[in-house]
Amino acid sequence: MLELVIVSTLNGVLYGMLLFLMASGLTLIFSMMGVLNFAHASFYMLGAFFGYQISKFTGFWVGLVAAPVVVGGIGALVERYGLRNVHRHGHVPELLFTFGLAYVIEEVVQMVWGKLPVDYRVPAILDFPAFTVFGTNYPAYKLFMLVISVAIFIALLAVLTRTRVGLIIQAALTHPNMVAMLGHDVPKVFMLVFGVGTGLAAVAGVIAGPALVTQANMAGLLGPILFVVVVVGGLGSLTGAFAASLLIGLVQTFAISLDVSVASVLQAAGIDAAPSGGVLGDLWTVTIAQIGPIIPYLLLVIVLIARPTGLLGNREA
Amino acid sequence: MSAALAMPAVSSATAPALLEVEDLHAYYGKSHILQGVSFRVGAGEIVSILGRNGVGRSTTLKAIMGDVPPRGQIRFKGQPIAGLKPYTVARRGLGYVPEERAIFPKLTVRQNLALGEKSGRRGGRWSYADIFRLFPRLEERIDTPGGVLSGGEQQMLTICRTLMGDPDLIMIDEPTEGLSPQMVARVAEMIGEIAARGVAVLLVEQKLTIALKLSQRLYVMGHGHVVFAGTPAALSANEAVRREWLEV
Repeated sequence: MLELVIVSTLNGVLYGMLLFLMASGLTLIFSMMGVLNFAHASFYMLGAFFGYQISKFTGFWVGLVAAPVVVGGIGALVERYGLRNVHRHGHVPELLFTFGLAYVIEEVVQMVWGKLPVDYRVPAILDFPAFTVFGTNYPAYKLFMLVISVAIFIALLAVLTRTRVGLIIQAALTHPNMVAMLGHDVPKVFMLVFGVGTGLAAVAGVIAGPALVTQANMAGLLGPILFVVVVVGGLGSLTGAFAASLLIGLVQTFAISLDVSVASVLQAAGIDAAPSGGVLGDLWTVTIAQIGPIIPYLLLVIVLIARPTGLLGNREA
Repeated sequence: MSAALAMPAVSSATAPALLEVEDLHAYYGKSHILQGVSFRVGAGEIVSILGRNGVGRSTTLKAIMGDVPPRGQIRFKGQPIAGLKPYTVARRGLGYVPEERAIFPKLTVRQNLALGEKSGRRGGRWSYADIFRLFPRLEERIDTPGGVLSGGEQQMLTICRTLMGDPDLIMIDEPTEGLSPQMVARVAEMIGEIAARGVAVLLVEQKLTIALKLSQRLYVMGHGHVVFAGTPAALSANEAVRREWLEV
């Protein structure tokens, strides 16, 4: 049991930090520009594929740096020449624009790399067990992912709270017009945030690519969870996104490893009152691991009903 | 302190205008809010725009800043600025204090003031020490989030924040609205101090007494037009204008 708790906690925190790498950009972009970027997870996928492609020529480490820079650059261009023009026509066209962009990116990725997973591997230098807990090997690469995401989290926090650009971003979260009327080039700041936000999603893609599966459907798999994180944390709240990322990371990881059902709990308590057959019987025997994938969405629904502003947000989703 | 004594004698007729607005139109959707507004503000002058709610006084300021798309001519220091982006207008030396104050609520007083400074520029007319001498309260609350200040403190903060950017003309929208008489006096004193340093002030004000006392010249607006232009003495003498366009 202790083994399960330790390994699941590590995995859950890791998954949560990966989610945060993406959710942070998404929530900052939403707060400043009012755009819920449906294509955000697509930039994560682009990060993974660019990382893979670059690593084929130069090795993993160049890809780790270059892919996010390239993807961030693409993100900045999308903001400058796409979103900024669409912005004049209001929020619905913006939403549709990012929606369409997500499909375009997915199709392009399929055309270039195909539908099957590509062979994106953990670099040899990190391909060893870091430590062993109760007979389970914990891969060094996962620790590396954890270190990278925590380091980026700290760097992001430092930039936002300790630098002048960070101050301008914080102010623009609530009053972008006023910030502009004090003489700050807010459109440029928007482009920067969009570029850095999509670049961070790409970092998540590069480091997750080898550990998970680098495949053209990876954006579609992760996108919905990302929105759950941002809404549960509170749209526009960075600390909320952080809390929700960890929460969902841990909940999902623990749920998967818990092979427990109502029936098994009752049985352990010495009660054998399972209804036989029917819907109730199914509910009785379904394990938490089986309903694991639904839990984040249940959480989303509950949060939207009980606290529409999210855990730490102050505006309605 | 008396602003009038420290101020260079500016005659609006001869001095080159700092801000010239000619035939300014602005729309909110389909409603034609400004229907050809013209006025001017000379360097170092205090000018007020009066009028009832909804006649377009605030829209005039927003159109000058570029926050509402303007049509017509706006010249600042002789250069056309109509249609420029708000941050460019601000960098040219136009400061704006909106009616809703727009304090950054989660940022401290210090951070709010720091955001007023323009990036890469230092050494303007106003230092933190000046601000704190005028409003010791802001120094006491320097590390307090702007959102928890009282209404009067927020009004001081928003004016001081704009001053940190060292504007040559500051446009202040309804600074005394909802303030205690004591605070109103402080704001009036502040406006005098601003003008004394050679900064022109364009004031949108509801309280006639304050506008008459502070301003060198006044404009009265009605239904998107300027319906009166003149000195405080002329407005005091013109009961017809006051009755038709100002008194409720």
